[in-house]
Amino acid sequence: MRTLSPRNRELLNLVAVGMLTGLGFTSVYIARSEVVSPESLTYAAFFLLVYLVAHVVTRLTVPYADPYLLPMAGLLTAIGLTEIYRLNPDDAFRQGLWVVIGVALFSATLVALRHDYRRLESYKYVIGLVALALLVLPALPGVGREIRGARLWVEIGPFRLQPGEFAKILLIVFLAGYLREKREVLAQGRLKDFGPLLLIWGGAMAVLVQTNDLGSGLLYFGIFLGMLYVATARIVFVVGGMALFLAGAAFVYQVIPRVQDRVMIWLDPWPYANDESYQLVQSLFAIAFGGFGGTGLGRGTFTTTAGTNLIPDLNTDFIYAALAHELGLAGVAAVLLVYMLVVARGFRLAMLAQDGFSKLLAAGLTFGFALQTFIIVGGVLRLIPLTGITLPFVSYGGSSLLANFVLLALLLLVSNRAIAPRD
Amino acid sequence: MQISRLAVFALALLGALILATTYWQSWAAPGLANRKENAIQVVAQFTIERGEIYASDGKTVLATNTKRQVNGRTLYFRRYPTRGLAAHVVGYSTQVRSRAGLEQSMNDFLTGSNENLSTVVDTNVDKLLGRHVVGNDLVLTLNARAQRVALRALGKNCGSVVAIEPSTGRVLVMANSPTYDPNLIETDYRSILRTRAGCPQAAPLLNRATQGRYVPGSTFKVVTAAAALESGRYTMETRKNDPGYCVEYGRRVNNYDTTSPFGSVTLFQAIQYSINSYFCEIGKGLGPGPIVQEMKDFGFYSLPPLETPEDERRASGLYKSGRLFEPKDSSEVDPGRLAFGQSELQVTPEQMALVAAAVANRGVVMRPFVVERVVGPDGKTVTRTRRHALGRTMSAGNALALAGAMEAAVRAGTGTAAQISGIRVAGKTGTAETGREGLNQTAFIAFAPVEAPRVAIAVMLENQRGTGGSTAAPIAKQVLQALLQGP
Repeated sequence: MRTLSPRNRELLNLVAVGMLTGLGFTSVYIARSEVVSPESLTYAAFFLLVYLVAHVVTRLTVPYADPYLLPMAGLLTAIGLTEIYRLNPDDAFRQGLWVVIGVALFSATLVALRHDYRRLESYKYVIGLVALALLVLPALPGVGREIRGARLWVEIGPFRLQPGEFAKILLIVFLAGYLREKREVLAQGRLKDFGPLLLIWGGAMAVLVQTNDLGSGLLYFGIFLGMLYVATARIVFVVGGMALFLAGAAFVYQVIPRVQDRVMIWLDPWPYANDESYQLVQSLFAIAFGGFGGTGLGRGTFTTTAGTNLIPDLNTDFIYAALAHELGLAGVAAVLLVYMLVVARGFRLAMLAQDGFSKLLAAGLTFGFALQTFIIVGGVLRLIPLTGITLPFVSYGGSSLLANFVLLALLLLVSNRAIAPRD
Repeated sequence: MQISRLAVFALALLGALILATTYWQSWAAPGLANRKENAIQVVAQFTIERGEIYASDGKTVLATNTKRQVNGRTLYFRRYPTRGLAAHVVGYSTQVRSRAGLEQSMNDFLTGSNENLSTVVDTNVDKLLGRHVVGNDLVLTLNARAQRVALRALGKNCGSVVAIEPSTGRVLVMANSPTYDPNLIETDYRSILRTRAGCPQAAPLLNRATQGRYVPGSTFKVVTAAAALESGRYTMETRKNDPGYCVEYGRRVNNYDTTSPFGSVTLFQAIQYSINSYFCEIGKGLGPGPIVQEMKDFGFYSLPPLETPEDERRASGLYKSGRLFEPKDSSEVDPGRLAFGQSELQVTPEQMALVAAAVANRGVVMRPFVVERVVGPDGKTVTRTRRHALGRTMSAGNALALAGAMEAAVRAGTGTAAQISGIRVAGKTGTAETGREGLNQTAFIAFAPVEAPRVAIAVMLENQRGTGGSTAAPIAKQVLQALLQGP
């Protein structure tokens, strides 16, 4: 029997994902036929079409790339879109548009970097500076917007973007280039070589203070430590870095009341169940209610008897709670396994990659993806203090989706190069 | 090498998420479901089509649901078509004030979540098929027509009527006045609190039948007489001289229901004419011990059994500073006054109905119940309440003798107002001073027909100017007629 080529395998997987999406939308339609119009059943077909376009682009640009990453990303997007659609069909329409733009950006990235993405390495300082600029953007008066205490957004015309999502990827590219170049000197552990790194630490702290948010700071710094470890193989740097981060976090805890609240309700949410921890506590109730099998898509309870929402931000920060409620343990464990598979594939191709930059890039992107998932879901599950970041590919929100499509494109580029036959 | 370590770490982080989710969705789930802050549970209750509650005819609907579409889902809200008819028994199930009555205590049945293998399987199958959960219906023992008669007879009085089928314990009537409209609990609670009635504390939400604190007065003489007969020291023919009063601790205790001395009387006559001095002598002779023991046989000193919530029932007995108390000897209670029901006795109408029922049932108390059967959504009976004897209060012979004296009280004694032509009625009146000038708590317990009792009844009223014979007995008569003669 002839083995399938990677791209044909990808195509088959995508068709499977398309059928799953169809099932999901049909189930929501059946459960909520009173409020949902039948035309929306075409969403699944449209969704499959968009991903088939992405598939054609991968066929043309990265023929040897990993065949599972794109379908798994598609599956996660479909799960998110279905749940968002169930919560609010209008949001799902907007999210659908973002998927289209995301696939366009994905294709553009692949086309632009199809010959050699390693060109990026030579622009690493420019990229690093752009990343910093993007991070600072929300703090600027005029364009910056603060939403519920977190200063993470910029508003341009009708669009509201979170530049931090893009900065994250640029930062990983910069770090991959920088660490590859300096890994030997850094491994020796001389203090003067750590200047730039301390600068990054300072930057992460600044971001933390400026955005009022522990989550983004933890994410950026975690990615940095992970990549530093891969580059230098010195666990002591990781330990030292964590100590520095904790010191910084302790300082931030002292000065920012919002962070104090988050830690307080993390340690014991029950006394504040009607105030500060309302969202967290109701989300835990929603998760617990799901039990093993969940209520079924479209059959969950997210509103009061008067029709108002029980949990604010359900389709962004708390989408995991909505999924756990309706899909149950069986469903969300499967979703988390998909994340684990993406992560496993990502690290696998980091190991397969031939050169240091590619290895670091793939490892950094994958680790960032995993860490972001852990920080938001762990926060919702009260494993760690809750912070408002998005669940990759699943949460409602354009910036996050676009950034993750770029991340996916970069991973495919790395894997294509790693697996492509040499001549 | 480093990459694989980082990979293991990243996968471990995600694995921890699966473990944490498992924790919340299995181990922690039952605890979370019971937390009062849980808004989902509150809403989820309204997605269940609660079972309906019917009166004994299986047709009169006491509680049902109205469907409403909210945000694309069907919610069921409770509606009580008969309003105040059986409000204290049925109770209510609302969002803002949770639940009361059978709506609270029978919630598991009404929501179909009772732990029964077949219903568990059914509800899970329903869940898989996406059907909404339909609870079990309740069919009560209450007779809607007699209940209506009782409420009308009570009128503006504050008080309670409890009627029980002596041979089974079926509660046929449990009517309180004032009552309330359970439909208003959610929409207009304040109008319920503003209810006015013929007593200083209207307390419309109180189930007087099971929580009311009434002084039994002379109706308690039935208990004392049973104790006397059971002691073997008295028969119905035992004679004593009635000087018109009884001397206790050097103080005179006058007869109440009758004003002139009777001279030499038997126990039979003492019951018929409610002669306090005779019972005072019994009390002094027996001491509190045998009387308290007899009370316990009737069910005093423990929560009277019923399906309504425990905190909506109250034990009858002697109370001292708000607490149930059991006298060891005569120094702790005045046995003479206890004997004719004038001590620190506090009883519920339900308990006094049980006293009448025990005499009617040849001395055996049957466990009272108000839920006849639980019916599944498919129309099949899930459970049916079985009759159950709680114990013997006196020999059948003594019960018959007591019944004879009580019949005499209705035929030609204090309770003549309860006479029904063609039906032999046995009864005992009671009138207790409240300490406020001219105002009494009045009572009447009875059963009929004497030869084969089908109904035992207790009527207790607050803030009355008349006696038990003139105020409570006529109400008992009307309810007895409604139950025995029917339409």
